[in-house]
Amino acid sequence: MEKRDGIQRGEASLLDLRSYLFSRQCTLLIFLQRPWEVTQRALDLLHNCVQELRLLEVSVLEGALDCWVFLSCLEVLHRIEGCCDQAQLASNCSHTVGLWAYATDKLKSLGELCGLVSEKGPTSEDLNRTVDLLAGLGDERPETVSSLQSPYKKLKEALSSVEAFERHYLELSHAAMEMYTAIGRLRSARLVGKSLAEFYMRKGDPERAETLLQEALKSYVSEGWSLPVTHTRKQIAECQKLLGRTEDYLQTSALLAGDVNLTTEERKHFCQELLTFAAKSGAPKVTLSMGVFAQLTRLQFHPATASVHSGAVLQVELTLRCLMPVSVHIQQVAASIHFDVDHGGTHGRSKSTQRHRNPATVEFIQANLSAGPPSSSAAGPSLEMDEIQDRSPSDNSLNSTGVVCKNTHLLMRRHDSSSPPDTPNCFSPPAVAMKEGAQMLKVQDVTLEPGNNSITFTAPSGQPGTYTLRQLCAIVGQVQLVLPHIYPSVQYEVYSQEPQLTVEPLSEPLLAGLPQMVKFTLLTGHYAVKKGDALQLSNTDTMPILPSTSCTARITDPTAESVSESVLFIQSSEKVTSISLPPTPPYHTLEFQLEVLCIIPSGTDRPANERLTNGEIRHRPRSYSHPDTPMTAIDQRMSIDCPWSIYSTLLALTFYIPFKTKHSLLSAGNRKYIQVCVHNVSDVNFTLAEMRLSEKPLASLELQSLNAKTQQLLCSKHSVFCLWEVRWKDDLPSCLQCVFSANFSPLKQDVSSFKPFHYQFQFERVTTLYSVRAEILPPAGEQHCRSGFLCGLEVCITRLTEPAEGELAEESKTDTDGPKTTKLMYEVADSSSNWAVCGKSSGMVSMPITANATHKVQIEVMPLFAGHLPFPKIQVLKYLPHTAAVAIQPDPDSCVENDSLSLLDKTLDDQADTASIRSRGSVHSVGSGDQQQKGVAMPRLEPFSPGQVFNHSHARQVLVLPSTDDHIMEVNAT
Amino acid sequence: MAVCIAVIAKENYPLYIRSVPTQNELKFHYTVHTSLDVVEEKISAVGKSLGDQRELYLGLLYPTEDYKVYGYVTNSKVKFVIVVDSSNTSLRDNEIRSMFRKLHNSFTDVMCNPFHNPGDTIQSKAFDGIVSAMMVQTG
Repeated sequence: MEKRDGIQRGEASLLDLRSYLFSRQCTLLIFLQRPWEVTQRALDLLHNCVQELRLLEVSVLEGALDCWVFLSCLEVLHRIEGCCDQAQLASNCSHTVGLWAYATDKLKSLGELCGLVSEKGPTSEDLNRTVDLLAGLGDERPETVSSLQSPYKKLKEALSSVEAFERHYLELSHAAMEMYTAIGRLRSARLVGKSLAEFYMRKGDPERAETLLQEALKSYVSEGWSLPVTHTRKQIAECQKLLGRTEDYLQTSALLAGDVNLTTEERKHFCQELLTFAAKSGAPKVTLSMGVFAQLTRLQFHPATASVHSGAVLQVELTLRCLMPVSVHIQQVAASIHFDVDHGGTHGRSKSTQRHRNPATVEFIQANLSAGPPSSSAAGPSLEMDEIQDRSPSDNSLNSTGVVCKNTHLLMRRHDSSSPPDTPNCFSPPAVAMKEGAQMLKVQDVTLEPGNNSITFTAPSGQPGTYTLRQLCAIVGQVQLVLPHIYPSVQYEVYSQEPQLTVEPLSEPLLAGLPQMVKFTLLTGHYAVKKGDALQLSNTDTMPILPSTSCTARITDPTAESVSESVLFIQSSEKVTSISLPPTPPYHTLEFQLEVLCIIPSGTDRPANERLTNGEIRHRPRSYSHPDTPMTAIDQRMSIDCPWSIYSTLLALTFYIPFKTKHSLLSAGNRKYIQVCVHNVSDVNFTLAEMRLSEKPLASLELQSLNAKTQQLLCSKHSVFCLWEVRWKDDLPSCLQCVFSANFSPLKQDVSSFKPFHYQFQFERVTTLYSVRAEILPPAGEQHCRSGFLCGLEVCITRLTEPAEGELAEESKTDTDGPKTTKLMYEVADSSSNWAVCGKSSGMVSMPITANATHKVQIEVMPLFAGHLPFPKIQVLKYLPHTAAVAIQPDPDSCVENDSLSLLDKTLDDQADTASIRSRGSVHSVGSGDQQQKGVAMPRLEPFSPGQVFNHSHARQVLVLPSTDDHIMEVNAT
Repeated sequence: MAVCIAVIAKENYPLYIRSVPTQNELKFHYTVHTSLDVVEEKISAVGKSLGDQRELYLGLLYPTEDYKVYGYVTNSKVKFVIVVDSSNTSLRDNEIRSMFRKLHNSFTDVMCNPFHNPGDTIQSKAFDGIVSAMMVQTG
């Protein structure tokens, strides 16, 4: 109220006016039940006033302003507390917390000013200042004199003694921190905590300070604020040094030494701390995480396949990025290795696919530890998937397949524990134990310069198997720096390989019948070829090895650089071809070429099984048709005795026959011709020469060649036809066995390279038995047939020859007395629907088996079109009646027989009936063996062999006139 | 004008932070870091009520005795924080807004750079220039 008076009198100062106005506002707001607005306004007012006083350069005693702010804060808070209950206060502390924090801040600066924070207590100068301040406060307001906890009393008490100050300060700090935590402002709470920690440090209580600092540090690290991290870490280092926690201190020192936010001097200082300790003898050994000291950035294998044969040299090059500001001497760098024996067979080739999985260079991506965005670690390590296949050990078939996550240990740990794996300040030292007894890569006395350093190890490669690098350890005096996991995992492989011999064609495809080059490749594996070692090839008749004068072998080392060439000595004896190999060191490749010839199998006759020199049954080359090529393929097996094994190596080569041969018998009346067609299915052009045909068993026939040329060009995918006329003196044998032979060579090669080619074939029942003549007779009174009018078809079947022995025996069952007859069935069918066969189209003819017996049949046909029409097709078939043995069988099927017989006896007036006969026959021909027997017993039809029936009217044509001239032609012109 | 300008990633790590070199850099780091508390508070308070229609400018985050801290959050939750000296009383809210807008534009340009890897700290001369201009403007 006195302020009001002062204003009325015009004596009030600016501050007075403001505080008067504020107090009126407060009263009103509290009256309006809006106490939370008061705190906001109070904070604004205080900030403004402080700023304005500073701007106006009002001279006040140092600390007086702080006292005023402190008192004002507490007064406002006090006032609000007075009008609200506890629950309301607690739920609205987001509004009051600002004032609390401000008050805490001010009290702290006052304490510092008055020397209440230092360990030794206030000096006399500080005391003088305190007295001045206390005097400046004046007397307490009468309104609050009575209350025990007035802000005025608090301030006075706090400033008067060290203990009281500490009590009040802690009270305020904790209140502020709790409130901040309660409203979720954790960062603010930690900042208050940090300033509290600074207070503790001043008071010489590092233990409490450390917990607060750690908490703050955790949040800074997790959010990647490098500068606060560095600052806090420096404070922590100080704590830890005071507390004597050597390991933690060294870890923090190492981190700070590698911290780019610090000056070089500071970094050197911390680095020196580490090195000094390391140099101390007798001190207990300390294990630190390597990540703080140096980072593994790259790992490289030489040779780059990361796979060597046992005994070979494999080098591993590590790239370590040293984070220290000075160069550090390291006594030993060691990498522990986990060894897995390879259980999968050591047969070189099969593993070559697996071998490529090891990358030559592994780059390690580092999450920057101290600074920078923690994005990579925040997102977590990415899933690394790999395919697994479980194969059965016996036959290598696939049992199951699946996907595994390779880095579960990283992913899982992240969820399990609160501290991320890369947290540089996990103060429990990493559980690091270098496995004793495990194989190690070691390098002594390395000096790591700041930045990238490369260290080269020589990896052990004694036993075949997989070696995995697990841990990395560097020893600096008493300090052991350990990288507990090398991730991603790094492997190299040591293999042992059996010698391997492969034979492959120099050019695809290998053609049978021509000399072909094949390439022998010998991978020596662990075997060293000595002088005098030789390959023994068992000779085969079907594939001789052609002797060649100069044959050189080429030896290459694993890196595919040619080492040497030397001449091979090949000796052939009757049974064995021996190839002496030049001396070759292990794990080299030996290559040479040989010329072989695969003889084309000529025919059906096969010699009895022979035995090879090594006692094995000779594998007859089997010819078969290959799906990829029209050529017929022949597999040739080779049996090779190798010096490194007691077993013979069996190798197969596939040859292809370049030709396909077909034969056919052509007849003209009684005359016979043999045609052979040679089709070139290969991609090569050939010359064919000296085509000959000979009859095999009893060259009684005269085969007259009708081929004009002796040499014939046979281009790729083309055919050559050869024709011979068969002439005979006495009698034509019913069976002809012929051999076609020719010489062939690839085009444009000299005569010497001609190779023989044979083709055997056989004809049976060659003789022409019947001739069929057909005549079309125009309707009576007409000169030509007319379409739509019936005309006659006269078929004349004539027996040409006397019965042969075989034929008689065949027919003997039909008739026992009288002239021997045979039953024939004829059939007139027109497939192109030029003719309509009227009446019966097929029928039975009984033919006496004597020469010149003739049978004539009249059939009515009607041409459907005008023009030159080909004759309808006339087919003559053998009719085999049922045997007597079956006829007496009381079989339910017999009725069927009777049916069909009666059908045959009936006038077959339409085609459907004949069809029914045949369909019955076919029904009976299928099914079980029992039924088939009955089928044989049934009357059935059998076609004659080609050449047994000669059709004179084959392909004849007859002129058919249009029926009338009244054809209407409609022409529409539009 | 501004004494400290910071760009903070969605995950709350600093993408860019620069302060007036004459003053204690560390103190600004702490201040900006602490201001994230209020930013988060404001985002969660506004986000619920308005959805995607929220204003990017968050206004005054909190005043301290010497500084005023203003905040701005982009749609991708990237935070801009500008710390202004309290003694500079002439500064209007509108001017702060325009500063943020400029900052946002420049930040968008940086993100449009195909060679910039989102999530990396900002190292762009153009962005530096804009920030410098804001800090110098009135001094």
